Amino acid sequence: MSGGVDSSTVAAMLRAEGHNVIGLTMQLWNQRRLAGHEGMPEQVTGRCCSLDDVYDARRVAEHIGIPYYVVNHEERFERDVVRPFVAEYLSGRTPIPCSLCNNHLKFDQLLVVAQQIGAESVATGHYARVEYDDACGRWLLKRPADRSKDQTYFLFGLTQEQLNRTLFPLGGMTKPEVREQAREHGLALAEKPDSQEICFVPGGDYKRFIDAYLAESGEALPDTAGELVTASGEVIGAHSGIHNFTVGQRKGLGVATGSPLYVIQINGADKQVVVGGDEHLYSRTLRVRRINLISVDDLREPMRVSVKIRHRHEAAAAVLEKVGGDEILVTFDEPQRAITPGQAAVFYDNDIVVGGGWIA
Amino acid sequence: MRRIYLDNNATTPVLPEVLEAMRPYFGESFGNASSIHHHGQETRAAVERARDSVASLLGCRPAEIVFTSGGTEGDNLAIAGLAGAGDHIITSSVEHHAVLHACKHLEETGCEVTFLPVDGRGLVDPEDVRRALRPNTKLISIMMANNETGVLQPVDEIGKIAAEADVYFHTDAVQAASKVPIDVKRIGCDALSISGHKMHAPQGVGALYVRRGTHLRPLFYGGRHERSRRAGTENVPGIVGLGKATELVMQGFERGDDKKISGMRDRLERGILAQVDEAGVNGEGAPRVPNTAGIYFDHIEGEAMVISLDLKGLAVSTGAACSSGAIEPSHVLTAMGLRADRARASIRFSLGKQNTAEEIDFALALVPETVARLREISPVYRKTAISI
Repeated sequence: MSGGVDSSTVAAMLRAEGHNVIGLTMQLWNQRRLAGHEGMPEQVTGRCCSLDDVYDARRVAEHIGIPYYVVNHEERFERDVVRPFVAEYLSGRTPIPCSLCNNHLKFDQLLVVAQQIGAESVATGHYARVEYDDACGRWLLKRPADRSKDQTYFLFGLTQEQLNRTLFPLGGMTKPEVREQAREHGLALAEKPDSQEICFVPGGDYKRFIDAYLAESGEALPDTAGELVTASGEVIGAHSGIHNFTVGQRKGLGVATGSPLYVIQINGADKQVVVGGDEHLYSRTLRVRRINLISVDDLREPMRVSVKIRHRHEAAAAVLEKVGGDEILVTFDEPQRAITPGQAAVFYDNDIVVGGGWIA
Repeated sequence: MRRIYLDNNATTPVLPEVLEAMRPYFGESFGNASSIHHHGQETRAAVERARDSVASLLGCRPAEIVFTSGGTEGDNLAIAGLAGAGDHIITSSVEHHAVLHACKHLEETGCEVTFLPVDGRGLVDPEDVRRALRPNTKLISIMMANNETGVLQPVDEIGKIAAEADVYFHTDAVQAASKVPIDVKRIGCDALSISGHKMHAPQGVGALYVRRGTHLRPLFYGGRHERSRRAGTENVPGIVGLGKATELVMQGFERGDDKKISGMRDRLERGILAQVDEAGVNGEGAPRVPNTAGIYFDHIEGEAMVISLDLKGLAVSTGAACSSGAIEPSHVLTAMGLRADRARASIRFSLGKQNTAEEIDFALALVPETVARLREISPVYRKTAISI
C-alpha cells in the first residue's frame, strides 16, 4: 500500500470481497535523506515512502478495518535499485529503477514477508493481468483493460513462482473505474493525483540526485567528461559527463549546427557522446540480455512478436532469435527510433507478455 | 481476538485506580493551579499532593520535582539546561534517542560530547567515565535502565565519580522508575527524569528531579510555573495520574510486585530458551530490571516475527519504532556488538502489572511455534526466488 489510489482501492475491494487482508507498506527510501543537499529540495511531500503517504495508507487500513504494517527494506532498495541506477547512468546507460524495484523488492522481498506472516498471495495496484493457462501449464502476464495505464513493461521480470502468488485486481478496470470504486468505499484519497516520476528522485532531476547521492556517501563523482563526436568519428566539441546524456536527447549538447543534432550513442568505455541527425537514431536490431521468459519456457526457434523498447513506446513488430546462452537478437520490421541501452525490451504476443530483458 | 500485551516498555495501560483519581480533574475540578480562587486552590492542592508522592518515590524533597510532559522533555531539560556551548558532556552509546539526539544537537551548537561504548552485556564501565573526564566536562548523562534490554547501569558508581569531579550527573530513569527502587541520594545524581506512561499513568506527563541549588536553564519561557523551571499551565489531570501511579508503585514494592513480575519474566525467558535453540538473552549476565526480556532468535527477521505475533494477538516489539512505524536496526544492540542480523532478529518482551501467569503461558505456546515456522519457510523461499 503506497498511500495512492490504486493500492488503497485494491485493499478496499479485497476486503469487501471477504478476503483476510493485511496491509503492508514498504519503507524503501528515506525521502529526507538528501533533502537540503545542494540542488535538492528542502521539503519532499506527496511521494512514495514519504511520511504523508504512509499516513494515507494507514488511514485507509484503519477505515476499511484491516491490520496494517510498515516494513523497512531501505537497505535492500539502496543496494538493488539506487546503486545500480547511479552506476548505469555513470556508464552511459539509461536505467529503469521501477523494474529493478519490482524484481528485487515488490515481488521478491514483499513475497518473502507475505509468506513469513502467513499470507498466501500479494495483491498490488499494478495495471496488469495474471492468468493461469492450462494448455501450456504456465502463469501468463497480460496487458490490462486500461491500455493507457499498462504497467506490464515494468513487470517483465516476474517468474512463474512470483506470478503464482500475485494478484492484480485492477487488471480489468480503467482508472476512472478505480477512482469510482475508491469513492464507493469512502476512501478520502479517491481524488489524489497519480504519482509520475521516479519515487526517490525529487523533481525528476536525476543528475542532481546522482551528485547529491555520491556527495552524501562521501564518494567523488567520477569524471565522465569527454568528447562529442559525429557518427563518422569527427570531434566537434566536449561534454560535461556521459551521465548527463541519454540516447535521443536533443537539448543541452552545447554545439550549434545548421540541422538539429541528437545523441545517437553513448560510448561508456571512451566517454564519448556520439551525435548525429535524426536519421542516425533509427535502427532495426538490438540485443537483449538477462532475459526472463514468461509465456514460454525457452525460445527454441525464431518467434514473431511485437516489442516495446521503452514505457511509452508503441510495441513494434519484430522477430526474436536466440543467439548464445542468454542473449536474444531482436530484428524489427521497421527501424525504431532511439533504442537505448539500459532500458528494457519487452516482448508481446498481442496481450500476452512473452518475456523481456535488458537492452545491451 | 484475544490480545495480550507484552510491550510495557513502550507504554503501559492506565490502571483503573489512576483513571479514577484523574476523573474529577477532567470535570468539576477544572481550575488553573495558579489561580487565587477556590478552583485554583483545589487543583493546586492536587498538584502538590502528587509532587509529594513523586518526591517520596525518588527520595527527594517535593521542591526538587519539576513536572514535565514526559521523559523526552525531562531529558532535554536536564541536558540543555545544564550544559551549553564550550562544555563537555559524557554520555553512552545506548541511551534513548531523547538523550542521544539532545546531545547530538548540543554537539552541533558548540558542545563537545563523548559517547562511551558498552560491553557485550550492555554495561558502561565507570572507569571509562572517569577516563573521559576533561577540564571542561560539565555533565554526565547515563541512563539507569535500558529500554531494549532492561540492563541496569552502575549509576551509583558513576554518581561518585561525578561528585568527585564536581560534574553534574543526570540519569534517564524512565525505564527504571516503578521497576526498581530509586533513591536520588544514593545515586548521587543532580537530575533524574521519569515518565508517567511507563508506570501506568497517562501519556503526556513526567517529572524531572533537579537537586536543590542546581541552576537549570528552562526550555520554555513564560510564567513562573514550577519555580520558573518549566513555564506553562500544569497538566493537572496528568500530574494527578502520575501521583496516584507513584503511590501504587510504592505499595507494589511493599507487596513484592517486582518479584512477582521477575518470576513471570524468568519463566517466559527460560521457557522460550528451553524450546528454541540458537536463541539467547541480550544483556545476559548484567543486572536487569525485573520486567524485560530481550531475546534474539537467529535466522529470523524480527519485523516478520512482530507482525506474525500481532496477527495472533501477542503484542511485542523489536528495535525502536520511528515515526512512520517502520523498524530501524537498534543502536543499542549494535553498540553491544551484536551482528546486524542478530540485532534484527531480536524481540523485546516487557511485562507490566496487569499481566497474568496465563498470559505468559499463551506467549510460551505461541513464540516457539512462530519462530519454527519462520525458520522453516524463509530459506526455502529464498532458494526459489530468482533475481534478474
